Amino acid sequence: MIRTLPNSKAYSIGFKLYVIAFFIFLFAPLMVTSVLAFNDSNFPSLPWNGFTLDWFISDTEERLGILKDTQNLLSIWVSAQTAFFVSISSLIIGTLAAFLFEREHFRYKQFLFFLALTPLVIPGVILGISLLLSVNSTGLFLEDNFALDLEILRPSFWLVVLGQFAFITTFVLLVVSARLKKFDNSLEEAALNLGASKFQSIRYIIIPFLKPALIGAGAVAFLMSFENFNTTLFLIGSETTLPVNLYLQVRDGSTPVINAISFLLIMGTSVLAILNLIFSKKKS
Amino acid sequence: MTAKHIGHNMKNATSLGFYIFLVPIILWLALLIVIPQIELLIMSLRFENDDEIMVWSFENYKEFFNNDIYWLTFLRTAMYAIFVTFLTFIITFPIAFYITKIVNKRYSAFLIILLLLPFWVSELVRVYGWTILLRESGVINYFLQSMGFTSSGIEFLYNDAAMIMGLVYTSMLFMAVPLISSLEGMDDSYIEAAHDLGASKLTIFFKIVIPYSASGIVSGSIVVFMLTLGNYLTPNLMGGKNSLWFTEQIYNEFIASLNWNQGAAFGFLLLALSSFIIWLGLKLTKQNLSKALS
Repeated sequence: MIRTLPNSKAYSIGFKLYVIAFFIFLFAPLMVTSVLAFNDSNFPSLPWNGFTLDWFISDTEERLGILKDTQNLLSIWVSAQTAFFVSISSLIIGTLAAFLFEREHFRYKQFLFFLALTPLVIPGVILGISLLLSVNSTGLFLEDNFALDLEILRPSFWLVVLGQFAFITTFVLLVVSARLKKFDNSLEEAALNLGASKFQSIRYIIIPFLKPALIGAGAVAFLMSFENFNTTLFLIGSETTLPVNLYLQVRDGSTPVINAISFLLIMGTSVLAILNLIFSKKKS
Repeated sequence: MTAKHIGHNMKNATSLGFYIFLVPIILWLALLIVIPQIELLIMSLRFENDDEIMVWSFENYKEFFNNDIYWLTFLRTAMYAIFVTFLTFIITFPIAFYITKIVNKRYSAFLIILLLLPFWVSELVRVYGWTILLRESGVINYFLQSMGFTSSGIEFLYNDAAMIMGLVYTSMLFMAVPLISSLEGMDDSYIEAAHDLGASKLTIFFKIVIPYSASGIVSGSIVVFMLTLGNYLTPNLMGGKNSLWFTEQIYNEFIASLNWNQGAAFGFLLLALSSFIIWLGLKLTKQNLSKALS
């Protein structure tokens, strides 16, 4: 049944076949998408007509490669900016929250912690529409009563950042909390006894200890933001993010340029994922 | 009690620091989570009457119950989400068991990395991959035709089965990770002892493995259920004309019909449903949310 017990041949082989089938199932769509990015065809399908880089670098009307496709490039840039602001802000607030819940004692702490977890169980669509509704009402109220017109209260780049920040912060909180739980308080006490200020002990003892968790949480936050669709869809202004832009293209019929973008995304995220894994292994 | 309590725990020097931590967190939760959900409820209870005046009313909810397509879609979405959660568990559990308990320990770290890798890639890319595999002019059909199984293409896409497969595929990671971590914490000697005492594989599985990994099963199921219920991309791109998902109706009210009050009512119903099912799951298995998620 397990590795230390004798197993029948059928059991071992059956299990192995299942695992192989599972991993084929897991990788099939990504493999096919990547391979077809290099097929010399106007459709993302077989037969194989030979290798081409057209869907990356070509600049003709019929085949617009991703590197010349300003609309898609712009949406990648918007997504990167969004992910940058979301990961920085959720990293800061999520870490503050982890300190608050792990190291302070106060009334209603359990209740506040429960609230901080709710973004994980509220569907992303609901987060999006509820935020849209409340900023819209606030906007109308300010406009009617004070003749104020604030851009952040309309679907816009910054509203997308706020909406994603709302739930990604919870992920940061959980990752950083898990690491903070393992912190040996005597290290900090020693620093304080030796005359370090509270701030210095955080800066020189706790933050270095948290570093692998902070890097890991930052990477996950960046990717979650970069790839978010459900919440973003309702908050988006004129600046379209990559997932929304890709969705519109896939819905209206696809060309292999989507494969090319997917291939770059698969490569990019794999490199980021592997770097993150190597880095967190080394540190911990 | 309060003043004494706070005074006891924090000296004056640290209380400023405490508020630097507390205030941003209160702002985050109040402005971005609590108030918007209240606003969602309020908007769902507002209705424009015949004189074009906004009044308080249950009209938006009545519309939901009076119109078959709305509540049928709602019910269907809930049922399918439960089914998808169950299916995801069935498919993922053997993998988690294999990685933690059967394969040579040297390979388990590698297999975990291999398992996680596809889920770092955007959901849209994964769904797109399935569409070019499954559709009538897709890769699977190409191979079927060239091997002579079929002369004309078969449409595997745009039906409930394809949609469910896509939803399971998208959810597997969120089941696998908690399962692996709870199985990793399990001492193999329990299984060895049961085996030595003559228990069958089935007995070991139901009496030891399942109870031991219950916390992982619950947290995985909660996350998978919630993500499936709230999914929009997969039902939209892989489901057929009849595979309507409730999130698509919310989208329609907001983007196509511009009836935000009706959309808010739908949104609130979805929120109530997901909260209820998660609460029920936690109650039945005697877990609580903080434990299940962290």
